[in-house]
Amino acid sequence: MSVASVILFLLAFSYNTTLVVAGTALLGATAGLVGTFLLLRKQSLLGDALSHATLPGIGIAFAVMSALGLSGRSLPGLLIGASVTGLMGVLLVIAIRRTTRLKDDAAMGIVLSVFFGLGIAILRMVQEIPGQSAAGLSSFIYGKPASMIMSDLILITITLVATITACLLILKELTLLCFDDSFASTQGWPTTLLDVLLMALVTAVTVVGLQSVGLILIIAFLITPPTAARFWTNNLRTMLWLSAIIGAVSGWLGAWLSSIYPDLPAGAIIVIAAGVIFLISMIFGPTRGVLPRYLRQLQLKRKVGRQHLLRSAYEIMEIDQGTHPLRNLPVPLARLREHRSWTKGELPQLIRQARREDHLEKQPGGDLRLSEAGFGKAARITRNHRLWELYLITHADVAPSQVDRDADMVEHILGAEMVHQLEAELDLRDHVLESPHQIANDVASCPESPPHS
Amino acid sequence: MTWTQNDTGILLVGILCAMACALPGCFLLLRRMSMMGDAISHAVLPGLAIAFLISNSRASVAMFIGAALAGILTALFTQWITKFGKVDRGAAMGIVFTTLFAIGLILIKKTADHVDLDASCVLYGALEHTPLDSVTLWENEGSILAVPRAALVVGGVFLFNLLIINLFFKEFTLASFDPALARTQGYRPMLMHYLLMMMVAITTVAAFEAVGSIIVIAMLIVPPATAFLLTRNLPLLIALSLALAALGAILGHLSSQWIPHLTGLPETTSSGMMATLSGFLFLLVWLFGPQGLLRRSSVQIEEPPAQVF
Amino acid sequence: MPANHSADSPLAVHDLTVAYHRKPVLWDIELEIPKGSLAGIVGPNGAGKSTLLKACLDLIPTTSGAVRIYGKPYAEQRDLVAYVPQRESVDWDFPVSALDVVAMGTYRKLGWLKRVGKKQKDQARTALEQVGIGHLADRQISQLSGGQQQRVFLARALVQDADIYFMDEPFAAVDAATEQAIIELLQDLNKRGKTVLCVHHDLATVSRYFDWLVLLNMRIVASGPTKETFNRENLQKAYGGKLNLLEDVAHALKNVGR
Repeated sequence: MSVASVILFLLAFSYNTTLVVAGTALLGATAGLVGTFLLLRKQSLLGDALSHATLPGIGIAFAVMSALGLSGRSLPGLLIGASVTGLMGVLLVIAIRRTTRLKDDAAMGIVLSVFFGLGIAILRMVQEIPGQSAAGLSSFIYGKPASMIMSDLILITITLVATITACLLILKELTLLCFDDSFASTQGWPTTLLDVLLMALVTAVTVVGLQSVGLILIIAFLITPPTAARFWTNNLRTMLWLSAIIGAVSGWLGAWLSSIYPDLPAGAIIVIAAGVIFLISMIFGPTRGVLPRYLRQLQLKRKVGRQHLLRSAYEIMEIDQGTHPLRNLPVPLARLREHRSWTKGELPQLIRQARREDHLEKQPGGDLRLSEAGFGKAARITRNHRLWELYLITHADVAPSQVDRDADMVEHILGAEMVHQLEAELDLRDHVLESPHQIANDVASCPESPPHS
Repeated sequence: MTWTQNDTGILLVGILCAMACALPGCFLLLRRMSMMGDAISHAVLPGLAIAFLISNSRASVAMFIGAALAGILTALFTQWITKFGKVDRGAAMGIVFTTLFAIGLILIKKTADHVDLDASCVLYGALEHTPLDSVTLWENEGSILAVPRAALVVGGVFLFNLLIINLFFKEFTLASFDPALARTQGYRPMLMHYLLMMMVAITTVAAFEAVGSIIVIAMLIVPPATAFLLTRNLPLLIALSLALAALGAILGHLSSQWIPHLTGLPETTSSGMMATLSGFLFLLVWLFGPQGLLRRSSVQIEEPPAQVF
Repeated sequence: MPANHSADSPLAVHDLTVAYHRKPVLWDIELEIPKGSLAGIVGPNGAGKSTLLKACLDLIPTTSGAVRIYGKPYAEQRDLVAYVPQRESVDWDFPVSALDVVAMGTYRKLGWLKRVGKKQKDQARTALEQVGIGHLADRQISQLSGGQQQRVFLARALVQDADIYFMDEPFAAVDAATEQAIIELLQDLNKRGKTVLCVHHDLATVSRYFDWLVLLNMRIVASGPTKETFNRENLQKAYGGKLNLLEDVAHALKNVGR
């Protein structure tokens, strides 16, 4: 298979379909870009309301153009009509939100359903106008990219390139609007205008996308890629790029598959493609995906567990032997078990883990013996832990924000100087600082301890 | 304009539909979940398609079960994505219902060969045709009382909704207003949530044949929203919603007959006009009602009251 | 405007009323803050402290009244005013770094369409150093602690080089080290002749932190130098019955011998 034939295959064989596939991919990229801001502004469903609100505009535009003697199917005219009522709908949502006790969801729902109902009613009326063919108006609802002709595609491409350019030009303004609109307002930025600008961009994408994926599914193009992209990064610019790429891939994949299986609705396939990518992102996305987060937490838990085990063994040796330097003697499991409140299953698991990491040596008779490496590590962990505890006591006012569950981090966070100070203090207190468990026991046994408030 | 028995049938179905939707719609509104109605009415599509595949008929119990399941799944998936994916709730909703709807579209296209099911019909219904499928209730000396089968179905759902809301009134109210308190009282607010979603799904399905699933959204949201502008008292809110819903249906059907006459255009859909007229009623109350926009001396900022009733 | 509201006042509020529907939140506020003061606004919960700040900044509509910054409306004096909102007002899960947020303070001077360049980033870095978290500049904001987030907001205000600073509960729920750093920063601003106005929640630190005190409970209860204003009588008027709770706490502390 030559490279040329592979490319041809990917571009779905024919010139016509290639155009459609490319156009749909471009639509996906733009929708991903604009949709990112919509998502960050937490107004994803406003796009839904917008897309439904375009329907009356399409019907009216068709009627007007027919009345003027033009071809009712002229795309620019229909798109203008769609934009007008779409934007009207959005402004109405904002107005309802600002002037009544109704909240976002109700305002959007009202505009969405009423405009759509009106649109259906108008479409029905215009469909029966004698002399005009309204067939294909319903393709705006489901999408039918295959019916696109070259001039349509050119219009779409121009609109989309303009939208992308606009997005990039006012990138920082949109970021500020989405992050902190109050601050933006105090800085003199016209937040309502910016909101309307964003909505205008969404309108452009929506209206242009009506042809490809249809009214009901364009919203998926606007919501799914950005949401998927979020799982891969914590950086806004990266998120924008990724969102555009995911949108493009969904568009390409959907249009391509649709050309192979022409009896299936194209818009639906595109949406499902995007949905699959979203699912994969949500589960596996390295930055915020469900699985990586879970694994990271497991890792931390394991690390802390390991430290607890080694430290407990060391502390028991201290209790038994009393004096420093300690000898690395075996520790009976029973002692270990009562030293900390581990459940029945936890301790054997930790022991197995420590053995795998070569911190333990197997000992006959069920005792635990630290390896040389393990012993050294236990000593270090115990010292670090004591330093943390000392820090918490002596610097009680500032400590809580600094203390790290990972005992190893003490020099990293407190700095070498502080650690030296604490070590000196620790030595003064005779090496061994009472562990919290011992302190609790002491208090309980003290006859004059004050009553608990 | 002539009035036929057909019109009566259409009107009956329309009114019952609107009232059946207004009931769960009130609680969706109070829970700030109106868009969930939008989501569910799109998402029932795959449930319906699968039900058709299985039962091979239209008006079957399988349909309602499929719808109820779809409704619960929508709510469930949205919840999961919101919680575990830490995604904005609106976005989660959008992803779930568009994907389910897309699956539904594909399934319907596939099953369309087997069952007489048209996707457009699902979306915006065929109210005008409902009287063609009538059930004779009572015959007596030459006069026949027949009602559209759809009216019976929707009427049944209306009664069902009424019953559920009656039974669980205080639970619904408490769960909507203060979920934390509800939990301490031993109620399970999430249970109420899913019960409500199920009601929405079932109502959607019952209504889809008449008005289509998209217009259902209008009937779910608009009359309760209009009533919300008129009162803060919950029982009154429900009553007003029902009245406004019925009014919207009546005006909608009337205008669908009159307007074509006026403009010289051919007929239009009753369901579309019902949604439009409900919106018109909302507009009237918004502008001219007790706190109407055009009646205020100065524009006031609105803040939601601490209590609904 | 009455003659006693001089054009020298960083902030002059006259006859301000803010009401939601029929419920008033602020009632007939008359207030003047002298130049160079470190002023605190205190009052019980729901007293309208945040609302007062937001009304001064044109963030919420008012039912009546006027606010003047050095004699002119706020809209004409934006360059002179910096705003530090409550931490809860933004979603800290937003995909930006600390540096990005602080750089937002430079957008106004930058103007429309221009990109954030080296100059702005350097300014932002300097501000972050000033508040003690220069090393966290490239950290994503969701990974910052509460105190660090507060410092990011402060750095954002600093980068604007304003004359007057409006702060909404800057000390709320921060650790002691951050609280210390913030008050030192405010005192430094104060020394340089800037005016600072803070909504504050903790009565115990009022006399230590602020030289001017405003007691607010829907209306101005008292406004003046802290030494004169912070007394039992005014506190009683502002807090009503709740003051007894505070007395019990003070009493309990005394008994423990701390």
